[in-house]
Amino acid sequence: MRRRLIGLLALALLAAACTAGGGGSDQPAATIDPNANHAPLTLTVWSNFSARELGVTTAALKKATQKYPWMTVKHVGSKDDQAISRAINGGTPPDVAISFTPDNAARFCDTGAWQDLTPNLASSKIDKAQVWPAGVFSYTSFENKQCALPMLTDAFGLYYNTDLFQKAGISAPPKTTTELADLAKKLTEYNPDGSIKVLGFLPLIGLYGSTTVNTLGHAYGAKWYDESLKPTLGSDPNWVKMLTWQKAMVDAIGYDKLQKFAAKLGGANSEFSAQNGFETGKIAMMQDGEWRNAFIEGDKSKVNYGTAPFPVDADQPGLYGSGQIGGTIAGVPKGVKHAAESWLLLQFMTTDNTYLTTLAHGLKNVPSTVESLKDPQLQADKHFKPFLDIFANEQSTFKPITPIGVTDFDLFQSFAQKWQAGKVPDLQTGLKQLDDQISKQLQLG
Amino acid sequence: MATVAERDVASERARAAERRRRRRRSARRRQLVALAFMSPWIIGFSAFYVYPMLASLYFSFTKYDILSQPEWVGLANYRFMFTSDPLFWVAIRNTLWIMVILVPLQVLFGIATATVLTRVKRGLPFYRTVFFLPTMVPLVAAALGFIYILNPAGPVNRILGLLHLPEPLWFVDPRWTKPGLTLIGLWGIGQVMIIFLASLLDVPRQLYEAADLEGARPWQTFRHVTLPMISPVIFFSVLIGMIQGFQYFTQAFVISKAGDQDHEVGFPQDSLLFYSSRLYQQGFEGFHMGYAAALSWVMFVVIMVATLLLIRSSRRWVHYQGGFR
Repeated sequence: MRRRLIGLLALALLAAACTAGGGGSDQPAATIDPNANHAPLTLTVWSNFSARELGVTTAALKKATQKYPWMTVKHVGSKDDQAISRAINGGTPPDVAISFTPDNAARFCDTGAWQDLTPNLASSKIDKAQVWPAGVFSYTSFENKQCALPMLTDAFGLYYNTDLFQKAGISAPPKTTTELADLAKKLTEYNPDGSIKVLGFLPLIGLYGSTTVNTLGHAYGAKWYDESLKPTLGSDPNWVKMLTWQKAMVDAIGYDKLQKFAAKLGGANSEFSAQNGFETGKIAMMQDGEWRNAFIEGDKSKVNYGTAPFPVDADQPGLYGSGQIGGTIAGVPKGVKHAAESWLLLQFMTTDNTYLTTLAHGLKNVPSTVESLKDPQLQADKHFKPFLDIFANEQSTFKPITPIGVTDFDLFQSFAQKWQAGKVPDLQTGLKQLDDQISKQLQLG
Repeated sequence: MATVAERDVASERARAAERRRRRRRSARRRQLVALAFMSPWIIGFSAFYVYPMLASLYFSFTKYDILSQPEWVGLANYRFMFTSDPLFWVAIRNTLWIMVILVPLQVLFGIATATVLTRVKRGLPFYRTVFFLPTMVPLVAAALGFIYILNPAGPVNRILGLLHLPEPLWFVDPRWTKPGLTLIGLWGIGQVMIIFLASLLDVPRQLYEAADLEGARPWQTFRHVTLPMISPVIFFSVLIGMIQGFQYFTQAFVISKAGDQDHEVGFPQDSLLFYSSRLYQQGFEGFHMGYAAALSWVMFVVIMVATLLLIRSSRRWVHYQGGFR
């Protein structure tokens, strides 16, 4: 009986070991002549698009068939990174995978789950530096492996209410965080009972998704890691500077008062609704992505507004004009059956300017190549243009990506929320502890 | 030469041996038939329970991210859990809150509601349905419903405002997130309540009559008659509640992510980070499948030990009619 049990256990462990990480090959993707005759072929693209966005992307992908008549693209939506990983692991990956989480690109690169496209780019004579703004490589490559390419992007900037600016006699948006703090104070109005009527700027981290340690950290040029991927939250003084500024903004009004104000707006739920504080004119300035333009239009908000790059640390004026960027990425999973054709489709999806601008108009995101940024219709939109410029700015980046995905970000976000609530007695010590925690997560692999 | 008697004995032995062989063959055939009938279950159990459990045990000693081959790391995952994981003890603390506050409250509320319903003279089916109905609502829908109701600008706070009472920020304020979850838990006590109701209605009337004749007061009747008689159901409810408490996940996850999908699991300020949430976070967001497997095995062992302790303690306080244990 005991021997049988041991045998069963051994068999199960062997099966477990064989199941894990199987499937696919590590062969680099090849290239084909796009103009040559080709037998009809259906290629599958997986993405996490759904509802309207799925339709827009599927329609745009039809342009691939127009360009390569032998190619039919089957676009499958609602596939998140876990579903893609499972398919790769099972040896049945889609021909091209799209991910909404650039944080996971490092893992895709590190494990080889998405193929390194460096040889393909070379074979297709694509000069990365000419095709894409420098910032995209911060979230599509890891340790010299270019295993993903951008397919549209987001850029974060400042939205400001021009009516409230005019009323307060303010003529231009702030360029430094010091100016932002001053204007925020000027623009904040209170009800007779002391509650907030109009808030100058919402400084709470973690309430609306666009105000994060990362977007604010960028304004201070704060670095997450050094070159050896050692966390630098406790050693880069810019983090302390940013968090001290942010806490002062919170304390100037009062944490509880801000929470109550945000709560009355409908809390975090109001962010993507017509009750959004900026759209209702209750918040005068807000950090947000380019998509807010589409929401303002879609929600039929009557707010008169302007957009600009987010203000930066007064001691680092050179940062002005840049911002946090990062968005949808696409790659060729390992183990695909038609490697050359997959690459051709991916190349189309990430470099074809007509496709990218069509998608950008439909999804209201920033197109991701240097050429597509010049689209006249997007350039003519005064609210959208600042985001095109932010994306094109050489100093715009995404947070450094690591094999632990969003774990480092989540830990820091949670820490920052405790900090703003007054629950961190010693900021410097807290940041050093955070470094230690992130290091341990990195060691865990 | 063998005598007749000796030949008879030999032939009797041969017949007996043949009978035994037939019986064994027959028993084996019956076993095979039984196995054939049981095989769907055996295959399902082996494939979907035994194999995944053994595989996860193996993975718990490895560094494994789904995408690459697992790498043997011995006890490193377990060491990390108890000595280095910054949120492991936070998750334990939050989970203990559910065990210590929510589970007992659910049992007490279930008993109280069922007791009240036993006194209802008319319309019992209606009230029973009303209290049971929330159980039919899927957990995600219930959580979303409560997010609306307990929205800081929602109906509950509007009523509290009209009454000049404090208006908590509920799922936005880490001090109020778990009380908010408790309200969801108490709203959905239909299943517990219905079992208690059945159990209360099953208490023999003569015991109450005897207590009445002895001059027992209502509390004494409840303490010395009702409670012992329904103690097996209390035991069952506590046991199931405890196991579900250890695995508490859905409501907290939905509430954390409802406002913004980018919110970290456990938002706000890790106040909704439960043990299963931490497991999910490590396995499916951080791709630390080996570590997540280790977390799940620790949970399995803790639930097993807690269940055994509860069963052992039940000998002292659970009374079975007819003396069954």
